[in-house]
Amino acid sequence: MAEYSISVNGKQHTVNALEDMPLLWVLRDIIGLKGTKFGCGMAQCGACTVHLNGTAVRSCSVPVSSVGENKITTIEGLSANGDHPLQLAWQKHLVPQCGYCQTGQIMNAAALLKANPHPSEQEIEQAMEGNLCRCGTYNRIKAAIMSVSSAS
Amino acid sequence: MKYQTFTQKKQDAVSSEVFKASRRDFLKTGGMLAGGFVLGINLFSCDEKGKKVAAFAPNVYLKISSSNEISIIAHRSEMGQGIRTSLPLVLADELGADWSKVQIVQAEGDEKKYGNQNTDGSFSIRMFYKPMREVGAIAKTMLLQAAAKKWQVPETECDTENSQVVHKNSDKKLNFGDLVAEASQLPVPAVKDVQLKSRDKFQIIGKETPIVDLPAIVNGQAVFGIDAAVEGMKVAVIKRCPAAGGSVKSFTDEKARSIPGVLKVVQIKGAGLPATLNKPLAGVAVIAENTWAAIKGRDLLDVVWDLGPNASYDSAEEIKQLVKEVSQPKGTPRRSRGDFDSQKMSAKKVIERTYIAPHLAHATMEPPCALAVFKDGSCEIWACTQNPQGARDVVAEVLGIPVDKVKINVTLLGGGFGRKSKPDFIVEAAMLAKETGNPVKVQWTREDDIHHDYFHALSVQRIVATIDKDNKLSGWNQHIAYPSISATSDTKVVQPDDGEMMLGAVDLPYDIPAIRIETHDAPSHLRVGWLRSVRNIPQVFASATMLDEVAEARGMDPVAQALELLGADRNITFNQEIVKGTYPNYGEDIAAYPWETRRMKAVIERVAKEAGWGRKLPKGSGLGFAAHKSFLTYVACIVEVKVGAGGKVTIPSVHYAVDCGTAVNIDRIKSQFEGGAQFAASLALKSAITFKEGRVEQNNFDTYQIIRMPESPKEIHVHIIDSDAKPTGVGEPPVPPFTPALCNAIYKATGKRIYNLPVDLVG
Repeated sequence: MAEYSISVNGKQHTVNALEDMPLLWVLRDIIGLKGTKFGCGMAQCGACTVHLNGTAVRSCSVPVSSVGENKITTIEGLSANGDHPLQLAWQKHLVPQCGYCQTGQIMNAAALLKANPHPSEQEIEQAMEGNLCRCGTYNRIKAAIMSVSSAS
Repeated sequence: MKYQTFTQKKQDAVSSEVFKASRRDFLKTGGMLAGGFVLGINLFSCDEKGKKVAAFAPNVYLKISSSNEISIIAHRSEMGQGIRTSLPLVLADELGADWSKVQIVQAEGDEKKYGNQNTDGSFSIRMFYKPMREVGAIAKTMLLQAAAKKWQVPETECDTENSQVVHKNSDKKLNFGDLVAEASQLPVPAVKDVQLKSRDKFQIIGKETPIVDLPAIVNGQAVFGIDAAVEGMKVAVIKRCPAAGGSVKSFTDEKARSIPGVLKVVQIKGAGLPATLNKPLAGVAVIAENTWAAIKGRDLLDVVWDLGPNASYDSAEEIKQLVKEVSQPKGTPRRSRGDFDSQKMSAKKVIERTYIAPHLAHATMEPPCALAVFKDGSCEIWACTQNPQGARDVVAEVLGIPVDKVKINVTLLGGGFGRKSKPDFIVEAAMLAKETGNPVKVQWTREDDIHHDYFHALSVQRIVATIDKDNKLSGWNQHIAYPSISATSDTKVVQPDDGEMMLGAVDLPYDIPAIRIETHDAPSHLRVGWLRSVRNIPQVFASATMLDEVAEARGMDPVAQALELLGADRNITFNQEIVKGTYPNYGEDIAAYPWETRRMKAVIERVAKEAGWGRKLPKGSGLGFAAHKSFLTYVACIVEVKVGAGGKVTIPSVHYAVDCGTAVNIDRIKSQFEGGAQFAASLALKSAITFKEGRVEQNNFDTYQIIRMPESPKEIHVHIIDSDAKPTGVGEPPVPPFTPALCNAIYKATGKRIYNLPVDLVG
């Protein structure tokens, strides 16, 4: 066990955790930010996607000891009022079914558009390949991302 | 708990009774809807003798407060199908409510209060559409009466809109809230005395209504089972016996206990055999301060198992054995029409094929999880469950406490697909909470989920089809073997039950002179459960790909053949040809929900038109067709496929035509079909569970694969037949016809017939 100070959504948190505890469980079990979901524990499904300095990472596979000074953003910190263009597009395109994977999908898509504001359809598919949706909302996810991309 | 999904009657509630709720009734809702104008609905159905039976207390509540707030209780589980939206909107439409201001309150699990809440079998809309309309209409009538009296005008001059009563002959308007004091003093009119809206007056029904949880989901605020928490909660992760029916011989936990945060290690006895549809597997639980410590501790447990009678189970060997079984000339007859043997003797051509499909896991994105608190002889639970009442009953049984001391709070479900109808994971939490005295959340990891699911069982089917000298399809003989769901509750069961045979086997609707459906022995070696559309998956994969092959042998177009084989417009009953028992018809009286060839032909013609059936495609591409009615909904499907270098399959387009009667929420019908195609694409192209030495060989999404965005079907078009027939479900019906349509398209593209799932064009 050791004490770590990490920056999440612009706020500094001091947590006492095992050094190999994945960021996912630090966020959910210690800090109490539950929008980030557990799906596989081995970076296969993307449900736990958060941003590390603006880049999408699978928080289930990032040990807390490796976070250091890097800035973490979760779905709760993506926008002030749930009004990130992707969050709005997700509602306009009626994307979610059960909704469980969608916060990870949105975080992954937000990092994609930050790095590449106008991705091609193929680039979107490649970037989103790591995010599974068992309900099968892929086509609406793609449409929502493309609508934000073309509006910017 | 018996397997009751299809054998249990699920008829329309034959009547409903609406009444004003008393203070005592408010208490029954746990205070959820205290105050204001509250109506409860009693739903009546008939028992086996045709006697009207009522639930003991209201099933559904509607509340209108004096500040014009409207609340509706949602008593079914939400797992992505949109039911928390689609049932309340039916009531709101009849009432004339402002939908944007309606609050949805989730009901706890209580059969006495809410009737059957087991959310599976695609029947929520089918069963509750009419009663929801009636309570809306009754409340509206009472509000109209109150307003008419206040304004001294005839009631017929008044109507409701946007949560107001309006006087059509003047500009008088009153909020519902301003009328609740008067309305709640009026007698409740009988259902026969109220007018339901005509279809052209619907404001919400038949439109595209966003789900009520949409903002919470995209903001990360939606509460799933995994998000439930109480003060002082501990987390348990369990090492379970790899083989169903095994037990713990011994274990050592020193290493597990050395992990900081690990608090306790507790053995769970498990159901043994039969494995049951509701009780846990044997295992050892590690209880810790947080999930990570519990996972680490669990991984460090040393357990010696007695794997029990299924220790040597090998699914590849089982398939070989079942191929032998179905190769026998005679099995147990399940449906019989005409004389198949003589048709075969005189046939011009005989086609015989064997179809194999593997075990599958549900792999809901949210793995099973449940939180239980045990205090003073009572147990309160928060869980992602499709079946809160089943969970309540088994928790009471296992803990040895009365049912009314168990409270089940239903969270949102991160996917269900039938897995979360089984409350084994809820029982685990309840047992550990009682044993330790701590609030305990049991968290399944993905590996736990893949290893210990209630699996969709593998299947082997041999079909013999005969073509006579007039080039007609003259005989159909289907031999079927797979472990039955019923075997999970009773190990003596070795052949499919009547409910399973209903799902795409004995309901073959075609006008073929001789039909013989037979089953063979397949003892079960695993926990078998139901997965989205259940046995329709392997049975329709077999029959609808065989039909494509028959059409080719006859030199016919498969769509034209389907229309020919459906024959004249008529209602099919199957009953006289079922060898033993009757055709279950998904729990509905077949007189009320007949099998209408007219409606099936209409969806086939529609899909062929919309998909451009018959259009020329470049080499390496093809269109495939299949049609199937399941869960009382008629579906036809055309899949376009492109097979690239190395056998890589892409799916540029899918067209579905669907007749589900009255379309309640167009958007959620479309989304269920879009998702159904993706779900079926996973099982057709990617997924398989295999067993070796009693253990599942796959672990996580790396080895148990589901479809990802780049390979998923691209354009999915859903064409809904305009209908005012009784509504039927849409959760499961998209799945069965997709796989055979895809396989038939692959044949067109490559010349290769598919007899094994998942499709492998490389090996």
